[in-house]
Amino acid sequence: MSAHDKHREDLVDTPSRFPLREVILFALLLVAILGVYAMMGAAYSTRMLVEAACYAILALGLTIQWGYAGQFNAGVMGFVALGGFSAMFFSVPVNDDFWGSELPGELARVLLYGAAAALVVFGATRLDRLGVPRTLRTIIAVVLGVVLYLVVISLLREVTDEIQSRAGFIGGLGLPAWTGWIVGGALAGVVGYFIGHICLGLRSDYLAIATLGIAEIIKAFLKNSDWLTRGTATVSPLPWPTPGPAELGFTLSRAIYLSVTAAIIAVIFFLLHRAYHAPWGRMIRAIRDNETSAAAMGKDINRRRLEIFVLGCILIGIGGGALTTFNSLFDPQGYLPLNHTFLVLVMVILGGPGNNLGTIFGAVAVYIIWIMSEPLALFLMQLAVSVGEGAFGWDAPSNMDSRALQARVFVIGLLITLVLRFAPKGLLPEKVKHHG
Amino acid sequence: MNELVFFINNVVVAGSVTGSIYAIGAVGVTLVFSIMRFAHFAHADMMTFGAFMVLLLTAAFPGVGSVVGLPTPVVMLPLAMVLTALLAVGIDKAFYKPLRAHGVKPIVIVIGSLGVTLMLQGLIRLFAGTSGQNLYMAGERKEIYRLALPFDGVRAPIVITEPQIILLVLTIACVVGLHLFLNRSRLGKAMRAMSDNPDLARASGINTNTIVAVTWVIVGGLAAIAGTLLSLDVTFKPDLSFFLLLPIFAAAIVGGVGHPYGAIAGGFVVGFAETLAVFNWAVLLRPFRDSLPDWLAKAGNLAFVGTEYKIVVPFFILVAILVWRPTGIFKGKVI
Repeated sequence: MSAHDKHREDLVDTPSRFPLREVILFALLLVAILGVYAMMGAAYSTRMLVEAACYAILALGLTIQWGYAGQFNAGVMGFVALGGFSAMFFSVPVNDDFWGSELPGELARVLLYGAAAALVVFGATRLDRLGVPRTLRTIIAVVLGVVLYLVVISLLREVTDEIQSRAGFIGGLGLPAWTGWIVGGALAGVVGYFIGHICLGLRSDYLAIATLGIAEIIKAFLKNSDWLTRGTATVSPLPWPTPGPAELGFTLSRAIYLSVTAAIIAVIFFLLHRAYHAPWGRMIRAIRDNETSAAAMGKDINRRRLEIFVLGCILIGIGGGALTTFNSLFDPQGYLPLNHTFLVLVMVILGGPGNNLGTIFGAVAVYIIWIMSEPLALFLMQLAVSVGEGAFGWDAPSNMDSRALQARVFVIGLLITLVLRFAPKGLLPEKVKHHG
Repeated sequence: MNELVFFINNVVVAGSVTGSIYAIGAVGVTLVFSIMRFAHFAHADMMTFGAFMVLLLTAAFPGVGSVVGLPTPVVMLPLAMVLTALLAVGIDKAFYKPLRAHGVKPIVIVIGSLGVTLMLQGLIRLFAGTSGQNLYMAGERKEIYRLALPFDGVRAPIVITEPQIILLVLTIACVVGLHLFLNRSRLGKAMRAMSDNPDLARASGINTNTIVAVTWVIVGGLAAIAGTLLSLDVTFKPDLSFFLLLPIFAAAIVGGVGHPYGAIAGGFVVGFAETLAVFNWAVLLRPFRDSLPDWLAKAGNLAFVGTEYKIVVPFFILVAILVWRPTGIFKGKVI
């Protein structure tokens, strides 16, 4: 029986005693990091490492969605932005212009109206319990919903305009940044719950479409709600939970921040490792690999899927908070699908979906390549321009810098398609234990 | 009456224009879905690619249009359609076919199509830059027709532009052409057979590779039309793709995925919903100002969402349809 198993192609090899592949890859990674330190200096390289660590948190969130459960989240950017917004809102100092006036009361009143309107509409949808015909109930509910929505939204517009003209924006709460990270995770989890609740029972493509949409909506909301986030005017600086560069200098303060993020990663890694090898993890993988048989075993597939999707969103929210706080700048326009969705996707599928160690390796390695590719792309573009000018008298367009960065979009896309084609399991494939 | 004209200009005309663009886009998405069973995320960038080809051709041969009496970009459209169709077939050969041959889950091909969309985006922006460009160049102007209404007290005319008329005509032509192709021609019937049951189609001697290639040709052509018309109506923007994807997919799902006529209906539903949602309803209340209660007459802005939140509308429609009727209004086959 066990001899027969060895020839099955659908099984991954049982792990050898010495993890040669891991050691070699991580040694290469260490060499690369040391190389960056030698070339670019300690402050720059530590910044890169902190950002890579934040991306590793995002990648861990995505790897449990895609690697553990086979759900494709195409809207990582939205959840990152939510985490970033929450980190900003909790950590930025209190705005006395706003809290000192009567505006908070006004805002609270409008929000209360909104809640009351929602309750009324909800009540209207339950009218059929009182004997109202269902069609009539639907009509009443829709009309009531439209009218109340219009009333509340125009009241809200008045208040927010007032806030914007008199106080700028509502400011923050002046709490430590980590509270914002936790709330950001919760916020992302709530949004993920709604999306997952709607889409997870349907074809897997629908989840991708819906997450892509919600990401753009969150971004549009944060960008245009000037009263809440200052919109395109951006909020900075965001206070760090650790001593800032002003007190300790760049390298040391960043190193301390790095240790905080590393601690977060270690905790998440440990918990995920336990969960993966627990019965819960086996159940999740069983659902991913064969839904029908898992359902036949009596597993509640949709509930488990929702569970894991929300868990992934929470991790992404926390990572987004940590990333935004580190950048010390909340700029809603700075959240780009390329940087915050597809880069994370490449990290996961290149590193090894479903393998936490592989995901962390992928995150750090891809981020180093990503950061280093910017000067490289500019250099190559300059080279092309000078060759072009010398050889053919080509008249180069002036906005070469922004175009060179577009070349990286192409490379990320090419990388995704190539990895899917030639290394679908990633550099460090998921190791599935088999008990022969 | 002026308010009514305003309504026609801002809702009826604008809604049918966006509706037709979404409809043509959604037909492409739904065709890919019915033949190859995956959500094709690169469709919006194929549209952009088609429009970019038109831009290049128009820049290369300015003034051709004046010979025929149409705007040059419209004259260049068939050529751009051929190029985009070639691109679509090439992309399928290079990226999707190997994945299909490996027998991967559809969601992996979806991710592959996202990779393709990024590649197209990168290439287009590398060559076109990131700013908007007008397709009307070399002295050509957008004709604007103002139809004055023969009523007393109506000052504002109904405004419709030349590209909008072309757009409506082309949409009708596309719909009729597609209908004839799917119902009358041998290939179209084979396509429908394959979308109903691929295995049975193969068993009855239909060459599935040909069908896949034909599908991509049609999809590429339609994408080029939709992209060009969108760029003609406003300007050519290389960075629209993610904003276009959501309404197009919403349209396809509203109409029932895998259902071309449903996609057309869905496109108009989404297009009109968008324009109705951003329309300021206070304008229509203005003539009745005197008979209305004060608080209602005073309301300055009664739009459901600001134009900056337009993208919320297709998303809301998508969510509503997924909750209440995931098969779409015309009962698509796949959920």
